[in-house]
Amino acid sequence: MRFFYRIFRTAIRALMRNVMRSALTTLGIVIGVGAVIVMTEIGQGSSSAVQATIASMGANNLLVMPGTASSGGVSFGSGSVMTMTPQDAEAILRDCPAVLNAAPVVRARTQVVYGNRNWVPLYIYGTTPEFLQIRDWTDLDEGEAFTERDVRNGSKVCLLGQTLVRELFGSENPVGKEVRVQNVTFKVVGVLTHKGANMMGVDQDDILLAPWTTIKYRVSGSSLGNVNQSAATANTDPTKQVNSLNQLYPSVNSTPYPTPSPTQQADTPQPVRFTNVDQILAQGASTEEVPQAIRQITTVLHERHRIKSGQPDDFSVRDMTEMTKALASTSSLMTRLLLGVAVISLIVGGVGIMNIMLVSVTERTREIGLRMAVGARARQILWQFLVEAILLCLAGGLTGILLGWLASLVFSWVGWPTETSALAIVASVLVSATVGIVFGFYPAWKASRLDPIEALRYE
Amino acid sequence: MEFITLEDIRKTYKLGEIAVPVLNGITLDIRRGEMVALMGVSGSGKTTLMNILGCLDRATSGNYWLDGEEVSQLSSDARAMVRNKKIGFVFQNFNLLPRTSALENVIMPLAYTAQELSDREAEKRARALLGLVGLGDRLDHEPSQLSGGQQQRVAIARALINHPPLVFADEPTGNLDSRTSEEILQMFQKLNKEEGITIVLVTHEADVAAHARRIIRIRDGLLDEATSHERMPEALPA
Repeated sequence: MRFFYRIFRTAIRALMRNVMRSALTTLGIVIGVGAVIVMTEIGQGSSSAVQATIASMGANNLLVMPGTASSGGVSFGSGSVMTMTPQDAEAILRDCPAVLNAAPVVRARTQVVYGNRNWVPLYIYGTTPEFLQIRDWTDLDEGEAFTERDVRNGSKVCLLGQTLVRELFGSENPVGKEVRVQNVTFKVVGVLTHKGANMMGVDQDDILLAPWTTIKYRVSGSSLGNVNQSAATANTDPTKQVNSLNQLYPSVNSTPYPTPSPTQQADTPQPVRFTNVDQILAQGASTEEVPQAIRQITTVLHERHRIKSGQPDDFSVRDMTEMTKALASTSSLMTRLLLGVAVISLIVGGVGIMNIMLVSVTERTREIGLRMAVGARARQILWQFLVEAILLCLAGGLTGILLGWLASLVFSWVGWPTETSALAIVASVLVSATVGIVFGFYPAWKASRLDPIEALRYE
Repeated sequence: MEFITLEDIRKTYKLGEIAVPVLNGITLDIRRGEMVALMGVSGSGKTTLMNILGCLDRATSGNYWLDGEEVSQLSSDARAMVRNKKIGFVFQNFNLLPRTSALENVIMPLAYTAQELSDREAEKRARALLGLVGLGDRLDHEPSQLSGGQQQRVAIARALINHPPLVFADEPTGNLDSRTSEEILQMFQKLNKEEGITIVLVTHEADVAAHARRIIRIRDGLLDEATSHERMPEALPA
């Protein structure tokens, strides 16, 4: 310990003897580390910005679909069993820490009418306000979104996508107007921003969003049968219809909820589901947490749907694998790029240190000879020069961190996305110390190998 | 009691294939408290002999006892320890650390001593030594602010910091004018007389050698017995 204290003090004094040269020597490392810090901060910022952009395309979205119904070996395709409930969506949100948001979705496909125009949008979605957050669509062009309360009340309000607005209203302002969907009047409360086509080229603006309760109970009731043939045949009896609120002149006084038959109750010892939704849209807390979110959702739904291990699932969870892959490759590319820049600049800085240390050893040959003559051992000379190099690198590293940090402040002020990275700071301190050791060793070793007699006579 | 004993010291340098003998068997005794001048023309081997005596170099063959210890076969680290403890060096070109105060220059060798001195003690000792060489008022001056004679005094103080029993002075007056040379040489005499330090002056000038009590001449790698002699103290110039 004392040994290192003395070496340290000697090295400090030697560096202080020539402050200017020491400062210039560290310049290489200062610039190197500064560049690393700036590059990492800007790079991380850009990478986050890119990731956020990709994520807004729905990379962290998860689609929970009901499973397939089958009858006598004929399967009806995914989404044909009606086991998914809005309560599942609530449970997923509540019990899955990796899930940020979950919204039930009820789909319908029918005509929307305004005045003398009509249009069949690609999507008529009944959902909750969370849907907008999940799809990163909370900025509205005009008006405002429907609320949780509208969902509870089954309010007849809706949001329109840009395509639908163009087709129905032309240049008119739709907010406050009323459109009809299967004879149900919806008040337009807002207009969604332009989102364009998705990766498959499907227009995402051709959409109508409304509270899921409204779509479910007032619009889609009978239209659901069109999608699901088996359900359609089963639903011909008006008493079995899930809802009848859309009928202006109801011929039968139907109960709002289906009553299970005694056989049904005996067969399925589950609480009766009042309502099913077509899918649940969930959002992972981040793109990295998507696999975790899938596992948690599976566990929660297994529990809720009483599916024992070994039994086939009555649902499936889909993620946007294609997009996640694109995201992962983007960020790993960014990381490698930054690493390359960092390594090159630090090597350049290190070579600079080595050069100056070699010059310093040559210039101080007589000093080394003298130190050896008065009793310094080779090891002590080696350590002195090594410690000098390490100190230079560390000082340069710290200055570089400060400068880099300031520079990235300036950059973020100018408007570049930057992100402070503690890892980059720690790594560059470690790397600059390592550079000091690696590039300081050769000159130090050279100094320690000097012959004191020749060193003393060196001119 | 013999402080330094050399027995048939030989040194041969190898220049490629050719072996160049420099010292051809030197046998020599120096007693504790002596002041010796080592003389010889350049190429005579006196510098090589001084390097071997100063434990900076190893003889090719022969034995060397310094203060009762056989040092001719020690490793370089062990020789560094011996130099640190027992030998002080004064050089022709002073060899002070540039941009470093006189005080720091004197303290410098203490960084390599085995036994630890506190900073305050080290400074106290350095102050005392600088006072002894007459530079008590120039402690904070850097070498560039000191005259040649003053620089050499700092070097002498540095040589004495570890209280060595032996001081080598390699042409200590070579870079000084005659008046300053005289002062420096008198200082060596004083140290020899008052502190009992054994001093070996390496020089080629007869009037410098005249300050020593005993003169050893080297010629062609051998002791020149005929001209080596001990002078009477009375013969010293005043």
